[in-house]
Amino acid sequence: MSRYTISRLGQLVLVLIGVSIVVFFTMHVLPGDVATLLLGERATAAQLADLRHQLGLDQPIWMQYLDFAAQAVRGDLGTSLRSNHPALDDVWNAFPVTFQLALTSLVIAVVIGVPLGVLAGTRPGGWLDNAVLTLTLFGVSMPIFWLGLMLLLLFGAWLGWLPIGGLMPTGLDVPRVTGMTVLDSLIALRPDLLWVSLQYLALPAITLATIPLAMITRITRSEMLATAGLDHVRTARAKGMPERRVIVRHILRNALIPVVTVIGLQLGLLLSGAVLTETIFALPGLGRLMVDSILSRDYPVVQAGALFIAFVFVLVNLLVDLSYALLDPRIRRA
Amino acid sequence: MSNAATEAAAPARRPPGIARVLRRTPARIGLAITIVFLVLTVAAGWLAPYDPYDQDLSAALSPPSADHWFGADQYGRDMLSRVMHGTRTALLAVVVADGIALVAGCAMGLVAGFFGGRVDAVVMRLVDVLLAFPYLLLALIIVAALGPGLTNSMIAIGIVYTPQYARLIRGQVLAVRNADYVRAARALGAARTRIMLRHVLPNSFTPILVMATLQAGSVIVETAGLSFLGLGAQPPSPDWGALLADGQSYFLTAWWIATFPGLAIFVVVVGFNLLGDALRDFADPRRTIR
Repeated sequence: MSRYTISRLGQLVLVLIGVSIVVFFTMHVLPGDVATLLLGERATAAQLADLRHQLGLDQPIWMQYLDFAAQAVRGDLGTSLRSNHPALDDVWNAFPVTFQLALTSLVIAVVIGVPLGVLAGTRPGGWLDNAVLTLTLFGVSMPIFWLGLMLLLLFGAWLGWLPIGGLMPTGLDVPRVTGMTVLDSLIALRPDLLWVSLQYLALPAITLATIPLAMITRITRSEMLATAGLDHVRTARAKGMPERRVIVRHILRNALIPVVTVIGLQLGLLLSGAVLTETIFALPGLGRLMVDSILSRDYPVVQAGALFIAFVFVLVNLLVDLSYALLDPRIRRA
Repeated sequence: MSNAATEAAAPARRPPGIARVLRRTPARIGLAITIVFLVLTVAAGWLAPYDPYDQDLSAALSPPSADHWFGADQYGRDMLSRVMHGTRTALLAVVVADGIALVAGCAMGLVAGFFGGRVDAVVMRLVDVLLAFPYLLLALIIVAALGPGLTNSMIAIGIVYTPQYARLIRGQVLAVRNADYVRAARALGAARTRIMLRHVLPNSFTPILVMATLQAGSVIVETAGLSFLGLGAQPPSPDWGALLADGQSYFLTAWWIATFPGLAIFVVVVGFNLLGDALRDFADPRRTIR
């Protein structure tokens, strides 16, 4: 392990502690008494005091945090007030739905966005470039909760090509292995279920892919433009290298390094967007779980979900940073 | 590229003025949309054909027509009037949320950049931690703590955007901290606060303005998103996000209820983004190619 990796891991631990402090104190210090929330406005002072004692809320706040942190390290994040399951179990059960959605969207965004950015960036000012610039402007300005509804209306309700929301049709269940319907259909060797699960995934994934697609296209285009002006590209052209080879070997390869970072950074957008997408398409994912838990004041689940998502986010960012170092030797040596 | 080239070739009496930047078509469209939006926030009361809260059950769920250009909702309220009045919550969100982010972020960035050392380390680690949350998740847990509602959702979005301003301003401060005019002010015995507020801050005005404009669009989308989730503005308020959430329940039978508020968000955000891009070109002509 290089010194760079070790120092990044050290930073990771610090950030995770910071994240847990922010989540804990947000849920505990801001107005709104948990005991009153649990027992309702009509509870007597004695009942409230009792419950506060039971939950450890009469301890100093830093003691409460240490208790919470000690339990969290052991994987105990409390019990859901709604389902009575361990909060982390609820979060863990909902996660595959969100993961499948986010991953599919990212694949769509990269597979379409990178080639589109390359095409636009190699012919700046052309009609395709202008069309791409306009479309990406629309993409980044799109309220995806509206786009999702419009897609549902068009493809679900009017054209009837795709189902109008849900994870799978009622009565049709995929044997649960990973919790991801597409993967589980493959594992169960059921092409019929695979087809259905893909149909249900299509609209949410396209909706969620919109903003990352626009951003990946934009950054690929501008990196292509920036790299095309560098000396080594001029040299390659001067020695008579075919244009296609110049673009792929000399421009694209160098332009891709920042693109990879941007792709990694889309995760935050995807996790945020998943909250809205899951609401529109009635998907039982992590985002929907968070919103429902907030609305029903199920604060252990909110806390567990927030910690879980932040951990995943920080971890993926670390992996992106490390892969960046793999792609660009200058960072490893710095 | 061609723009940059003509700009450079033009007689360089002065750098590209704001007027010249705003002469380009995208910038004009952005400015026009923004002006219409601002006019509507002031004049929605006079321009809207109906009262946004007036129920007319005989018109319930009626599709777009000459009487109701954008149709009517389940209580027969005129959607055009409600969308027009929605500009007010949207502007309020921009002013409050963008304002909180701007003031708090500038304060953090100024202090971190100017004092450096430990102060800088503490402030910037806090920024790192805030950035460790996906933005909507951070907004969600703040709303969870404060309780759902329009004001709280605007505060939440404001906090979410604070780190970006803090980073921007810190960078600006670091860039000018040792500039001659700051040294001169220090040599003259000016207090730190005075140097920060009178010398450093005004010189960072342009990038702040660019960021505030570009963020305005995102702020509108996100507060509407929180309202859509039921965590922001509550019915019967004519907030675009709340209108959309309302329309979601009827979208199979009455598509117009959800369609027009969403279209309004989209158009306004496109406007702010075009204007922000133009202002950025003005602030930094080298970036025109993007």
